[in-house]
Amino acid sequence: MMLAAAASAEVGSEVTPSTPEVVGFTGAFAVELCLLALLAATAVAMIRMRRLFGVAMLSGIYSLLSAAFFVALDAVDVAFTEAAVGAGMSTVLLLSGIALTAKVEMPVSRTRTIAPLIIVGVTAAALVYATIDMPGFGDANAPANAYVGRAYIEQTPSDIEVPNVVTAVLASYRGFDTFGETVVVFTAGLACLLLLGAGAIRGGGRNDDGEH
Amino acid sequence: MLEFILARYNYWIVICLMMTGLYIVFSRGNLVKVLMGLNLFQTSVFIFYITVGKVIGGTAPILFEDKAKKDDHHGDDHHAPAGEAHHGEGHSTAGDYASSVSVAPSGMTNEATGSHIASMADAQALVTDGAVHAKDVGDYVSEGSHHLDVPGLAPHLIAPHPEDAASLPSAAQELAGSAAYGEVLYSNPLPHVLILTAIVVGVATTAVGLSLAVRIREAYGTVEQDALEEADNAYELVEADT
Amino acid sequence: MGHLILRVTIKILFAPIILFAFYVQFHGDYGPGGGFQAGVILASAFILHALGFGLATCQKVIPPNWLPAGMALGVLIYAGTGIYTMLFGDNFLDYDVIQPDSHHHAGQHIGIIAVEIGVGLAVACTMLQIFYAFAGREPEPMDDAW
Repeated sequence: MMLAAAASAEVGSEVTPSTPEVVGFTGAFAVELCLLALLAATAVAMIRMRRLFGVAMLSGIYSLLSAAFFVALDAVDVAFTEAAVGAGMSTVLLLSGIALTAKVEMPVSRTRTIAPLIIVGVTAAALVYATIDMPGFGDANAPANAYVGRAYIEQTPSDIEVPNVVTAVLASYRGFDTFGETVVVFTAGLACLLLLGAGAIRGGGRNDDGEH
Repeated sequence: MLEFILARYNYWIVICLMMTGLYIVFSRGNLVKVLMGLNLFQTSVFIFYITVGKVIGGTAPILFEDKAKKDDHHGDDHHAPAGEAHHGEGHSTAGDYASSVSVAPSGMTNEATGSHIASMADAQALVTDGAVHAKDVGDYVSEGSHHLDVPGLAPHLIAPHPEDAASLPSAAQELAGSAAYGEVLYSNPLPHVLILTAIVVGVATTAVGLSLAVRIREAYGTVEQDALEEADNAYELVEADT
Repeated sequence: MGHLILRVTIKILFAPIILFAFYVQFHGDYGPGGGFQAGVILASAFILHALGFGLATCQKVIPPNWLPAGMALGVLIYAGTGIYTMLFGDNFLDYDVIQPDSHHHAGQHIGIIAVEIGVGLAVACTMLQIFYAFAGREPEPMDDAW
């Protein structure tokens, strides 16, 4: 590494060897911090809001913001999916669900929020304690990034020759997983059909199967 | 200490987001709101996964050097099927060089700019010096990539004629460019794949949950957990009486 | 029925959204995209249409009883690709056997495209099916107003 730095100096460029270990306050850092702050604000607003229409909209906004955050973290495929599914599909679903159930949530008494707060606090403390042992953010040699993930990037040009490694892993290396996911989506669609769909197939209307 | 915090603040904020979702799930009584909290929790877990897969200095896992490789293979198809076995010309060797550097592990993230320039010069040297030298260097580089210090080769490669760069034919320059891109560091694609499918599965399962809530609403006339419990208790009392 | 501006906008956007869905579907090898995203985008085009022009109009274009068939067909295309590779004596979903002589892994490319088409069809039909299921339900009169 020192040699490389020396080499770049030899070429006669004005590049100075940087110190990459310290994350500086760069533009990317500022963007990430802003997005995370916006995400947190949206999440808190979702707790406080009682009109479910507004909560559904906030959850769409949350999805869109997280899609932007995914782009900042290089996950363009995931961002694309999250923007299409989270901000589009799931908001429409939540709204149609709200139209069929309730518009406004009943207020929750203060005393009932204490136990959840304690549970959530303990869980958060445990998780934060766990992150102390984790490799730092963006560490290329972290166990999560070092083995199979790197192998996929190295092997894709010779095995599959598809530029998009995510597609290669999705459809070829882990085709079996994706098959399972497709079957899960299919099954969920069938479940919706069974729970609600009989009426939808026969042209709308509820099916009164006698609970009333 | 500041470094320690800067390397982990992402995790902590994501944990806060997760806990927000979890809090909604635990504390609210409205089934639809609970589903929304679950959605929030789920999206935060997605963010956590993607955060773990990020590599600083990396880019989206869509490979750069495809152009060089494509040229390579078109050449093979035109000449002979066996052409793949031995690359005589410096052209294809440079292509291979590009790909072999691209697999070099992440040790060289740090000098992103420095080694960019170095390897640009490398590639130009390869192309101008012709087949034999290029072949040797290609072999050496692929050996070297095991030792994580490919950029270390730079000094004696640059020596020949860096000033020839201007007189290179355009195709060769293009190759040199893609060779320079070849060493790009990519973020880990595996979490992306897992999360991409999980998002779609997540919306499908949310739909199942919502349709259950709709059926509960039609049966009980409410989706508030307290009211549901009351209705169930009242029903049991009536059953016990009769 | 939506507002006039909404309906005109939807008319303009409808075809480009479908075109974009196909672009995402078949360009997934080279850039971000693939079957999952394309399926959702395709479904969202029809959902948009249904929101603007009413469910009945949309159900004339895509009858509800096609959708379970489309869902099943998508999964079957995926599984069929795997069975096809097995018939040629390789493992399930090992696409190299589709074109074993190719130098640039044409078998892998064909296999990936086939599988992505299956995924896209299954996801698009499932999403539209779910939307039909919810939108086809008559809302009960509610006690609590907006």
